[in-house]
Amino acid sequence: MPGAGELLLPSSDSLASPLCSGRRPLSTLLSIKNLLRKDTAYNPWSVSFLAPLLSFLSAKHSHISAKCGPMTRHDDLKEMLDTNKDSLKLEAMKRIVAMIARGKNASDLFPAVVKNVACKNIEVKKLVYVYLVRYAEEQQDLALLSISTFQRGLKDPNQLIRASALRVLSSIRVPIIVPIMMLAIKEAASDMSPYVRKTAAHAIPKLYSLDSDQKDQLIEVIEKLLADKTTLVAGSVVMAFEEVCPERIDLIHKNYRKLCNLLIDVEEWGQVVIISMLTRYARTQFLSPTQNESLLEENPEKAFYGSEEDEAKGPGSEEAAAAALPTRKPYVMDPDHRLLLRNTKPLLQSRSAAVVMAVAQLYFHLAPKAEVGVIAKALVRLLRSHSEVQYVVLQNVATMSIKRRGMFEPYLKSFYIRSTDPTQIKILKLEVLTNLANETNIPTVLREFQTYIRSMDKDFVAATIQAIGRCATNIGRVRDTCLNGLVQLLSNRDELVVAESVVVIKKLLQMQPAQHGEIIKHLAKLTDNIQVPMARASILWLIGEYCEHVPRIAPDVLRKMAKSFTAEEDIVKLQVINLAAKLYLTNSKQTKLLTQYVLSLAKYDQNYDIRDRARFTRQLIVPSEQGGALSRHAKKLFLAPKPAPVLESSFKDRDHFQLGSLSHLLNAKATGYQELPDWPEEAPDPSVRNVEVPEWTKCSNREKRKEKEKPFYSDSEGESGPTESADSDPESESESDSKSSSESGSGESSSESDNEDQDEDEEKGRSSESEQSEEEGEKKKMKKRKKVPEGQREGSSSDEGSDSSSSSSESEMTSDTEEEQVEPASWRKKTPPSGKSAPAAKEISLLDLEDFTPPSVQPLSPPTVVSTSLAADLEGLTLTDSPLVPSLLSPVSGAGRQELLHRVAGEGLAVDYTFSRQPFSGDPHMVSVHIHFSNSSDTPIKGLHVGTPKLPAGISIQEFPEIESLSPGESTTAIMGINFCDSTQAANFQLCTQTRQFYVSIQPPVGELMAPVFMSENEFKKEQGKLTGMNEITEKLTLPDASRSDHVVVQKVTATANLGRVPCGTSDEYRFAGRTLTSGSLVLLTLDARPTGAAQLTVNSEKMVIGTMLVKDVVQALTQ
Amino acid sequence: MIHSLFLINCSGDIFLEKHWKSVVSQSVCDYFFEAQEKAADVENVPPVISTPHHYLISIYRDKLFFVSVIQTEVPPLFVIEFLHRVADTFQDYFGECSEAAIKDNVVIVYELLEEMLDNGFPLATESNILKELIKPPTILRSVVNSITGSSNVGDTLPTGQLSNIPWRRAGVKYTNNEAYFDVVEEIDAIIDKSGSTVFAEIQGVIDACIKLSGMPDLSLSFMNPRLLDDVSFHPCIRFKRWESERVLSFIPPDGNFRLISYRVSSQKYVDGSTRICHHISVCWVELTFPCFMLTVGYLNSSLLPLAMAHEETRKNCLVAIPVYVKHSISFKENSSCGRFDVTIGPKQNMGKTIEGVTVTVHMPKVVLNMNLTPTQGSYTFDPVTKVLTWDVGKITPQKLPSLKGLVNLQSGAPKPEENPSLNIQFKIQQLAISGLKVNRLDMYGEKYKPFKGVKYVTKAGKFQVRT
Repeated sequence: MPGAGELLLPSSDSLASPLCSGRRPLSTLLSIKNLLRKDTAYNPWSVSFLAPLLSFLSAKHSHISAKCGPMTRHDDLKEMLDTNKDSLKLEAMKRIVAMIARGKNASDLFPAVVKNVACKNIEVKKLVYVYLVRYAEEQQDLALLSISTFQRGLKDPNQLIRASALRVLSSIRVPIIVPIMMLAIKEAASDMSPYVRKTAAHAIPKLYSLDSDQKDQLIEVIEKLLADKTTLVAGSVVMAFEEVCPERIDLIHKNYRKLCNLLIDVEEWGQVVIISMLTRYARTQFLSPTQNESLLEENPEKAFYGSEEDEAKGPGSEEAAAAALPTRKPYVMDPDHRLLLRNTKPLLQSRSAAVVMAVAQLYFHLAPKAEVGVIAKALVRLLRSHSEVQYVVLQNVATMSIKRRGMFEPYLKSFYIRSTDPTQIKILKLEVLTNLANETNIPTVLREFQTYIRSMDKDFVAATIQAIGRCATNIGRVRDTCLNGLVQLLSNRDELVVAESVVVIKKLLQMQPAQHGEIIKHLAKLTDNIQVPMARASILWLIGEYCEHVPRIAPDVLRKMAKSFTAEEDIVKLQVINLAAKLYLTNSKQTKLLTQYVLSLAKYDQNYDIRDRARFTRQLIVPSEQGGALSRHAKKLFLAPKPAPVLESSFKDRDHFQLGSLSHLLNAKATGYQELPDWPEEAPDPSVRNVEVPEWTKCSNREKRKEKEKPFYSDSEGESGPTESADSDPESESESDSKSSSESGSGESSSESDNEDQDEDEEKGRSSESEQSEEEGEKKKMKKRKKVPEGQREGSSSDEGSDSSSSSSESEMTSDTEEEQVEPASWRKKTPPSGKSAPAAKEISLLDLEDFTPPSVQPLSPPTVVSTSLAADLEGLTLTDSPLVPSLLSPVSGAGRQELLHRVAGEGLAVDYTFSRQPFSGDPHMVSVHIHFSNSSDTPIKGLHVGTPKLPAGISIQEFPEIESLSPGESTTAIMGINFCDSTQAANFQLCTQTRQFYVSIQPPVGELMAPVFMSENEFKKEQGKLTGMNEITEKLTLPDASRSDHVVVQKVTATANLGRVPCGTSDEYRFAGRTLTSGSLVLLTLDARPTGAAQLTVNSEKMVIGTMLVKDVVQALTQ
Repeated sequence: MIHSLFLINCSGDIFLEKHWKSVVSQSVCDYFFEAQEKAADVENVPPVISTPHHYLISIYRDKLFFVSVIQTEVPPLFVIEFLHRVADTFQDYFGECSEAAIKDNVVIVYELLEEMLDNGFPLATESNILKELIKPPTILRSVVNSITGSSNVGDTLPTGQLSNIPWRRAGVKYTNNEAYFDVVEEIDAIIDKSGSTVFAEIQGVIDACIKLSGMPDLSLSFMNPRLLDDVSFHPCIRFKRWESERVLSFIPPDGNFRLISYRVSSQKYVDGSTRICHHISVCWVELTFPCFMLTVGYLNSSLLPLAMAHEETRKNCLVAIPVYVKHSISFKENSSCGRFDVTIGPKQNMGKTIEGVTVTVHMPKVVLNMNLTPTQGSYTFDPVTKVLTWDVGKITPQKLPSLKGLVNLQSGAPKPEENPSLNIQFKIQQLAISGLKVNRLDMYGEKYKPFKGVKYVTKAGKFQVRT
């Protein structure tokens, strides 16, 4: 139904009012109903138009019938719902929801309830939604009348309302609205808000379960959402992918690296789903890391440190390895495979057991043998959790411990059993202990088992005896010890224990019967007492099998059994027949009659198995006239040597199911289980995962969107946090990332990448130019253009980089593309937040264009800058009595002009600001900010002042005096002071003119939060000595050729941060010192530059956050 | 994923049902009841039950069964974890997760369940977001609500869901800004008959109660972070910072939450991770104190044996067992009585008193009654469940508490095979038995000075003495 979604259905409340006056609702109702029935085409739209009427009328109808006829159910509720009072409605809804909760039928209230879907009261509305979702399926026609409300909601400016409208709309399982849902999902999938997109992802499986014909269209939506770069969406869309099209593994290629990198920031539930999907993906795309196990074993040390080694090799060798991949020898892990392993590892420390399990199974299925060990510790930790978690984890550990015993061996004691454990947990722990038992630890394990045997929990004791049996079969050394122990158990008072022991002893004896005649005799005696059928059967079988070892006792046992034959259980009867047959064959003289007696008893048994067996046996052993062929071989048939049974764990071979899955737990394929594929023989083309770097124009759009969802960690404090894919070794990360981006940017050939390098240089040159130029527009443009090569530049720097302890800032710069895009976005923030002041999206794009207007259009020219800052200098000198700062130590101003208000947004008023780096006259804790106003409109602007600032706690502003008038074309400067409280949080305030108010914000670079101090070298060293350990941040970097000279270094550092230079004895060391403005904490910066270009930057500061950010900024400035 | 949820009480009544997809009939629970009957004990009901058309995954919490219905493959832990999260949320909202509380607040429960899952997939599970969406009931609010007709549903639209720190709600304001941390360590131990330790480890958690305005950024550092080798984190913690600096840096959720949980073990693990860990710490030394360079060279050469020796010492010193138990329990052959004598005393308690000592013993079935005299505290014996509970209280080294007396056995029955094991509970205030110490708490991003506090408690966890 094309275009159906656009149809706006009339809402129930709009229809309700005119009809209220209807005199004959009952007849109207009937006629509408007829109308509906006659409509053979069953056009949903006519239904939807009529449905509101219907519902209204039926409500009315029930009302009437209630008054004249006998009271129907829930009348009071209906009445309450019909009132205008929200409180009554709410009360009614609460009672209805309580009914639903108890599972009582409330469907007859449907019309009355659904009318309230447009209720203003949020709680009533929510409860109506609850009701609607529950009963819509049963009352499809009536449910339609609510649709229009949701359609209106889908267009709401508030993202939360849009999301909740979509959520309820998609939860109504009414097939007629499938086209509307489809449209709504499509629309929501390209919504501005990531939260709405997330809801769209949630809606996909709902629609799919309603109408699987929509699959193709839904896959398109999934494909689109998979490309989404927000953590909010990632988990939900992968969930949708798994439910709708798990077989379309090709959709993942392009998003693989992104998903790996986002993973750590996705919420826990999403992580589980993504990890288990990626496990499957990796199984299809990479080669088995264990295929060359033998190769690794030759060099175990290498295998052990395999991961480090890989990381130390540097991208060059990895690239080479990737090239060599098709030849298959030696095995080298695909960098993407490594990326997955590396990025999932930190999640082993998640608080969620499900996530830990997901990572554990990923490692179990994907990691090289040497690395799987890391999961053991995390899994053992889960054993302290709820018993249900223990149950599932132990099941998985049991499977793993069969394949990889060594992994859990160090944790043997963690599986020791307490008397308070539930039986099912005890039995699983026992299973694990048995799997872990080996030559060396068997004494301790057996000692534990001895304690268990005396437990009160008999099921558990039985399991322990089984476990001892398994240990005995697996470990030859302790077989006799175990057997003796088990024989001792035969005198146990508890019959179950004895019976279990008999069964196990039987199995053990089969291995070496000759030596154990005594035991068999002992067992024979037990037949008098033991009643457990399995045990009796076992004894009989043993005596029959080894009757030659107990020639005197066996016939006697048979005699006794023949006596009690009729009273035995079936399983015992079968064994009696067996025993009889065997004895007949070996010792027919004594037992012939007995055997015949038993066989004739069996002939008339109720159980046909037994009758069959008896007949069959008789034919075989008793020689008859006709067929002697078989009976001649009867001895061979009955007394053939039988192989000893192998006592195996029931968890053997369970690992063909993906661990952690429901199917694994049940040991049966569950519905919807996706088979874990085998490793491919030949690795598929790894280049499918390469992502093309989007062109910058496209990017800018995305950036816009990004603004709101800027990762939290990268904005106010420059330290990394879990935003990035955390890993112990940041260098390796940049390596693979840079590889991916360089691959994507250039082709595979090296010549092309050479070209690329040249381009890069050009870019660098241009970008440094732009640095010097003060023109904002140009600068922005450069920022954007730079973005494309950024990844490559980082890549090349990490080529040279050799530092293993490099701190987070480097990796932050090199981390995923998402962050790269966000970086400019945070710069961009200094333009007025257009979302607020400019209402429509169109205007934003207009503004965007304005950003690129050539610099000449800008009314400001460089000379003004100099003059104003000079003025500020003078001002600072005259107005303050603070110690004179040597002008050498502080360059004219810090970061160049930043835009506060663009002239278009400001309706002609353009405002820029600079950090003058002069002490603010009023308050020494304030950063003084010079604000430059210029009026490019043709009317004077009057009454410029700062309006009510909305400031984060701690931040305060000293406003500038009101500027009375600014005539057209004129510019002026004002100084204001801001106390940023040693944080880089933005100060938001309003700039007011007489007619307008503009929301603006100033966010300081970290370098502006401090003031230079003068100190001697000795003082510096002394202070530095006090600020070590956590207060010290060190970063290694490589200085480009252009910035190796003294002058450039000093200039760049002081341009980045307002620090004073400290004299220094050695030539290649630079020292700077400053204090933060608010708290006065010392900030000491040391740059140790070697002539080769290698340098080490150290910042010592009590304010660690400031230190980290400063390091980041300075490194960036120096390496550019 | 999760299709439906049924809440079932101990007597087998389904008192709440919630469906996220189409409705599943209550009769599906019959399979559960069947399994429940088969398992003698509630604890032994298998968490995952397969039925012809559905799978039932259940948890048992606070005398309630949470039974969820699943139709397709899903990681079982995913569901179990979620169900526990639901129970935690109820606990958080109503103070207890009981049938009565749920029935009293059935509408809020329903609203919560509605928000927590969308089409069976978790949507909002963070308590801070939920509290923004649906306000927890308080007496005051219910009074106000009944008078004014206002509701529990928040009328401002929550923004927490949209942010990158979903665990913290926006616009928090307190007049008193406080941050409290409870370091709670539980000793899990198995002590064998002779009094030697078979197995002991410390399970620690740091629970935080943070009432700070705005968006504080906290970093918590320890005197001896090396102790924390096996840790799991609240999602708010920046993992990278921990890896590099061993500092817990985070923007806390508002209110109570578990910051980390950790395990300090007495077992020595000579696996890769330990080695690497030592390697890193040595590097760190090198960076911080350049003068130690020479020593480092020496250390490196003998790194492994040293590490192992260190582990060895850890084994002895880390998991100190603060109490000892002397016991003699004997049952006479062919006689209907036995002797019971248990004495408990302090050991290595680091100058702190051991309080709240309780000894619980599950006596064998043949025990009819017990006539005991405690020198301290009181005891009860339940002849039905055969559980002996001895509430000792505080232990003073001067006078060791003991419990002595006779055990009456069922006449004629054979003497019990084994002696029961003793489960011991105790508590030591102001002590973290692993020696973990918080160094300092710093706050960034906000200006005010918060009130900070750290409390240490050591408790007995699963502390069992075999006799």
